[in-house]
Amino acid sequence: MSESRVTYLEAISQAIREEMRRDEAVFLLGEDVGTYGGAFKVSAGFLEEFGPERVIDTPMAEAAIIGSAVGAALMGMRPIAEMQFIDFITCGFDQIINMASKMYWRVGMPVPMVIRGPSGGGTKGGPFHSASPEAWFFHTPGIKVVVPSTAYDAKGMLKSAIRDNNPVLYLEHKLLYRMPELREELPMEDYTVPLGKAIVRREGEDMTILTYGAMVYQCLKAAQTLEEDDDLEVEVIDLRTLSPLDREAILDSVKRTNKVLIVHEDTLTGGIGAELSAILAEELFEYLDGPVTRVAAPDVPFPYAPPLEAAYLPNAEKILTAARKLAAY
Amino acid sequence: MTDYLKIYYLMRLTRAMEDRTRTLFLQGRVVGGVYTAQGHEATTVGAAMMLRDGDCIVPQHRDLGMHLVRGISPRAVMCQWLARGNAPTLGRDGQIHIGDMHHGVVPMISMLGESLPVACGVALTMKMRHRSTITLASCGDGATNTGPFHEAMNFAAVQRLPLALVIENNGYAYSTPTVKQFAIEHLSERARAFGIPGESVDGNDVLAVMEAVGRAVERARAGEGPSIVECRTFRVRGHSEADKADYVPQELREEWLKKDPIPRFEAYLTEKGMLTAKEKAEIEEKVRTVVDDAVSFAEQSPEPDGATVADYVFAPEGPVAIVGEPGASDPRYVNALDTRIGQPFNSMSEAEEAVGRR
Repeated sequence: MSESRVTYLEAISQAIREEMRRDEAVFLLGEDVGTYGGAFKVSAGFLEEFGPERVIDTPMAEAAIIGSAVGAALMGMRPIAEMQFIDFITCGFDQIINMASKMYWRVGMPVPMVIRGPSGGGTKGGPFHSASPEAWFFHTPGIKVVVPSTAYDAKGMLKSAIRDNNPVLYLEHKLLYRMPELREELPMEDYTVPLGKAIVRREGEDMTILTYGAMVYQCLKAAQTLEEDDDLEVEVIDLRTLSPLDREAILDSVKRTNKVLIVHEDTLTGGIGAELSAILAEELFEYLDGPVTRVAAPDVPFPYAPPLEAAYLPNAEKILTAARKLAAY
Repeated sequence: MTDYLKIYYLMRLTRAMEDRTRTLFLQGRVVGGVYTAQGHEATTVGAAMMLRDGDCIVPQHRDLGMHLVRGISPRAVMCQWLARGNAPTLGRDGQIHIGDMHHGVVPMISMLGESLPVACGVALTMKMRHRSTITLASCGDGATNTGPFHEAMNFAAVQRLPLALVIENNGYAYSTPTVKQFAIEHLSERARAFGIPGESVDGNDVLAVMEAVGRAVERARAGEGPSIVECRTFRVRGHSEADKADYVPQELREEWLKKDPIPRFEAYLTEKGMLTAKEKAEIEEKVRTVVDDAVSFAEQSPEPDGATVADYVFAPEGPVAIVGEPGASDPRYVNALDTRIGQPFNSMSEAEEAVGRR
């Protein structure tokens, strides 16, 4: 019996397939994306449907993959460059920072391309297969950064990213790829989810948690406990897009709750939370009833062994501790 | 004008534009660094002369000659040097970091070698769209040592992309001589690592350059994949105009100054009776007029407005045309116009005349 509710990974796969059917300018290139169907099988069956000209198995060469995507995008194509693991994006860094992201601002020519790949930890991937690289690109003008957490958003936001006229970094969280709880029925018809819009995953009046990616679920779990055990109504906002940031949604919520906890899987210093903290301090100084509080990974590389990984990653328990301390103000 | 006289004119124009840029720099009128390419004119002009409409160049900082052959406007170039608000980059970038995809010019960045993966993407699109057009990329001896050079040429070879690469080996990467850069004699030997043809040619002999690049271009056009042509020349000036280049042995520089490609081509044309004294005088007059016009145009152009500094980080929504397909210049496409200013791209001579807004 086939399951009609799709996983986060199937949602990504559907988005690419449907966009490739809809628009002949869309194509996929990356390591092992063709014959093998991608390391995580996102593009399984694509080669058979679209042929080797639109599903391109590349050499192991991230600068060539991303740079070729830039060249094709300058020609008006809409390439999707897959990083087999998002950690490897560092090998193509210059193409993103200096080539793609500055192009429109510099010469007025749009670069409609997507760079996507599996990010995040919790899979025993160790220091080179667990990265959360968003802060580097969040800091870079000219590239959008998208971090979907549900199957619905994964599909709708990837479609928006493909149709966007700018470089978009689309970070898939590999822990969510096949998570059974994330299966959902998706609309039959074409739909998109706009970039730059956060969403409230749980409403509350006592505190706002700002988060994204796989941490959304840890935050929701913590919020549930806070309701049951502490009688606290916690609002959980899934940012979904980091760049451009939905400042309005953030400010609106914190104005109501007056307390804010920021949770991300990436390391603490100079992370997304640092900028969110600065925005809140600048914009809502008079509204805050407690210190802007962050829960993030410590400032160390991502570790391999299970006890180390567990100690490294934020989780519901760490979030609870921080939230209770904040609630006490 | 015959093709040969056109080539001669463009070589002279390239030299004169850079001579004038240097003067402007010495007068303190160019705010940033100045990179010129005296001695490269046979390579840059000769290589670009082998292209047709629809082809694309992916040039670097010593390729003003390629730009001018492909129709980049001298006015636009001078507006770039003088950081004018109506320069193709609106003052956001300088030098010859300019281009227009509809006219087949990819704008470079300062990280040399990084344009080559981009050239692959342009060539890949041509291949995917089953075009007979080709991409001509260039780089210096220095850039051949970068990862992107190797990644790009390898990918181009595997995909049999319609790409011709000109390596301008001018002896030095800034102060570093070739002997400290690589252990091979000819940079065309790099082609063997990719399984593609490579040849080395006298880069100061415009006709030899045209012949060799012509072979690479024809091969690319025939769907036989990329090739490398090493044009051996010399950087007779510094890396930039701030560099005295006193690390270059004087006798070596003098030896190459004697091989200056412009007098050399001039002697050839004169000997063959293809360039009379009158024609030469007319060409010099035209060169002077074009350069004077470009400089005075740039000097009368406005500086950018500081209030615009945060503008244009993201491109607007809307349909994007596939460059080179029928109707691609329809203004409804986001990439048909320079949407930052709502006007046609102004880096090309003809576009600039069409705009008529200056």
